[in-house]
Amino acid sequence: MYEPTPPYLVGREKIREFSAAVFSVNPLNFDVQAARAAGYDDLVAPPTFGVVVQERTLAQLLATPDADLDFSRVVHGEQRFSYSRPIVAGDELTATLTVASVKQLGGHSMVTSESSITDATGAHVVTAISTLVVRGDE
Amino acid sequence: MSLDLASLSVGDVVAERSFTLTRDALVRYAGASGDFNPIHYRDDVAVSVGLDGVLAHGMLTMGLAVQPVFDWVGDPALVDDYQVRFTRPVFVHAETGATVDVVAKVGQLGADAATARIDLTVTGNGQTVLGKAQVWVHASA
Repeated sequence: MYEPTPPYLVGREKIREFSAAVFSVNPLNFDVQAARAAGYDDLVAPPTFGVVVQERTLAQLLATPDADLDFSRVVHGEQRFSYSRPIVAGDELTATLTVASVKQLGGHSMVTSESSITDATGAHVVTAISTLVVRGDE
Repeated sequence: MSLDLASLSVGDVVAERSFTLTRDALVRYAGASGDFNPIHYRDDVAVSVGLDGVLAHGMLTMGLAVQPVFDWVGDPALVDDYQVRFTRPVFVHAETGATVDVVAKVGQLGADAATARIDLTVTGNGQTVLGKAQVWVHASA
């Protein structure tokens, strides 16, 4: 088991910045009044924003001494998000990593990791699941 | 905002959108996401690890591909699950960029049209770049 990551405070401008970067044109990502009119406390983050918090757990994984993972050989194979609710500006999120599996496949390693992201009350927000492919020596 | 799935049939196109990716879009995503892997902005580094050149972040392709569905659904709370497989890189040429096209179709409808699986067809420069790209949504109460 890994330590939960320090709390990540989701900022309004960070949501606007990330939303622009993924080509969002959705008012819920940019306009506080629109988000409030839709029943949210503040701006809503795009569906893949959880990767920003999950990244902190992947950094833990890559830093594990016995993992022996060479970052330059890591390729993103699969990604999944399972949501309890959307991320909203003002959320204080903590991610906890559990490595689900390591499989060997034709000289490559497939590392599937699961990060459970919870809010300040401990309630589940989203689980991010990544499969990283570590290419073996050519 | 309400989402009524009962009027849908499997195969219906619910959303589509075309995106133009340029190198500055990759730099913007690097900053926004915190993923500064140089294969997404330096050709020399990309080539040194055996790639044809700079490629888009997989998470950028995943992130933009869901946007048309997010707009169609209306309320993001109705999205339950989103997954993709990264099957082919999207190379982004320094001068001409890249085109990413997204078509979202109904892949499966749950009992009583309470849930639906939306399948995304995502192509980069005309070739499929994501596999098993699926968004699960539920109807509003």
